[in-house]
Amino acid sequence: MEELLEILEKNSKLSEEQIAVMLGKSVEEIKSAIKKLEDEGVILGYTTLIDWEKTSKEPVTALIEVRVTPQRGEGFDKVAERIYRYPQVKACYLVSGGFDLMVVIEGKSMKEVALFVAEKLAPLESVVSTSTHFVLKKYKDKGVIFEKSRPDNREVIIL
Amino acid sequence: MNIEKMISPTIRNIPPSGIRKYFDLVNEMKDVISLGIGEPDFVTPWNVREAGIYSLEKGYTHYSSNAGFIELRREIAAYLKRKYSLDYRPEDQIIVTVGASEGIDIALRALIEPGDEVIIPEPSFVAYKGCAVFARAVPVIIELREEDQFRLTPELLEPAITEKTKVLILPYPNNPTGAIMNEDDLRKIVEVLKDKDIIVISDEIYGELTYEGKHVSIASFPEMKDRTILINGFSKAFAMTGWRLGYACGHPAVIDAMKKIHQYAIMCSPTTAQHAAIEALRNSDDDVQAMVREYNGRRRIMVDGFRKAGLDCFEPLGAFYTFPSIKKTGLTSDEFCERLLMEERVLVVPGTAFGDCGAGFIRATYASSIENISEALIRIQRFVERYSNAK
Ligand SMILES: Cc1ncc(COP(=O)(O)O)c(C=O)c1O
Repeated sequence: MEELLEILEKNSKLSEEQIAVMLGKSVEEIKSAIKKLEDEGVILGYTTLIDWEKTSKEPVTALIEVRVTPQRGEGFDKVAERIYRYPQVKACYLVSGGFDLMVVIEGKSMKEVALFVAEKLAPLESVVSTSTHFVLKKYKDKGVIFEKSRPDNREVIIL
Repeated sequence: MNIEKMISPTIRNIPPSGIRKYFDLVNEMKDVISLGIGEPDFVTPWNVREAGIYSLEKGYTHYSSNAGFIELRREIAAYLKRKYSLDYRPEDQIIVTVGASEGIDIALRALIEPGDEVIIPEPSFVAYKGCAVFARAVPVIIELREEDQFRLTPELLEPAITEKTKVLILPYPNNPTGAIMNEDDLRKIVEVLKDKDIIVISDEIYGELTYEGKHVSIASFPEMKDRTILINGFSKAFAMTGWRLGYACGHPAVIDAMKKIHQYAIMCSPTTAQHAAIEALRNSDDDVQAMVREYNGRRRIMVDGFRKAGLDCFEPLGAFYTFPSIKKTGLTSDEFCERLLMEERVLVVPGTAFGDCGAGFIRATYASSIENISEALIRIQRFVERYSNAK
């Protein structure tokens, strides 16, 4: 099960047939294992990692430190929900340290992101302060290094 | 002066490599998928590379002791103990070499007097025979058989032994067949050897890449410990081919003899690589395991692919090679490889490159991405169908 997940996490493009061969299982077994993991919410979706910098669309990403006052009986969950429901919010984490929520926002432009923070985030009642860090360059994301794919520079035959 | 005549006849008489022509062909072609490469496609794990870089930054650019840094030899001893339950003293039973390649060379040179016989099971890595000949030994070839899963059996070994036999090369996990020898297989060989004056040179460079059970070293049989020279290295398991680092372990007298050659011919192994190797042995178990898992998945895809293409392919359980039979196509190994390259742009190596008994087989490596392997298998299937129908 763990191995199946590791394979999918690295490359969800592999077919069920390929995975079955790789793990020495039948296709039926793999299909039902995947279905079960999906039903249980272990597998939440299949996405593609894209380097948008290389396209004409160049979205802006910002990491926003948010300090909030936790609400009685609700802790941080309620504020967090009000924030993460926005589609512009790509990730939202409760963290330890000098602030409380780490919010990752994506927008079409710096202005759009700034406006979102000013109009939607900062005014929330329990938000005490925000600090916005625009991402200037992505070196690595989700374990993948953003560089030109490395050519296979091995000799063609080695005995 | 006729310069050609100045070359030692022993060397002159070694035939040129049969795969030379593929280099020339490939150089003029585009979009070739090469399954002909006997080295990992992975890059050395970063922590290991970083340790090498750090040693340079610190200015560690000098010779080490001839046998290699004692710190590295201690790590090697700990690793062999941990992995294969082997006990070697770092002080006098381990020598760090320039790859397993040097280990094979100096082990043979330390043992051989001209005319001694060296038993070499084939198909196998080309260096054994070459190094044996360089040492003026007489190579005695055992032809391994597919019906034995290319394992060495007592029935094959016994008739090859003569009064002159000095060395048996034991090449498992095997390049090019991917065959392994498990504990029971080895025990039968031990029975044959235990009261004979024969030294085993056991090339276990692919030991870590074993996909069923755990690799067992012949040196772990108490009666074989002193009669075995264990050859190993960092190239395959740690994806460190270019660093050129390996090691040999054995009886102090043998290691001492090997050290004499190493000291005069090499001085010491590259020290940047030695620093990196210390890190590799200490902190790379997870990386190695991840690579082994990845190889194993690809191995199954490749074997499955060859079988679906209609070729017989025995189950290789070690290294990163498959060795399917291409007899069904009616082509020789060489014709198969050349036509596959020209018609489908996939490069594999003829089994005959590893010994005459490799005829009728090809070696294809899965040290390549799943995407490449899958595409290559589609092309191979198309190719095999074409030739099967033509027959
Ligand atoms: C069976 C075998 N032994 C030894 C070697 C050489 O390894 P190294 O890079 O440590 O010299 C190879 C390399 O292909 C090999 O296949």
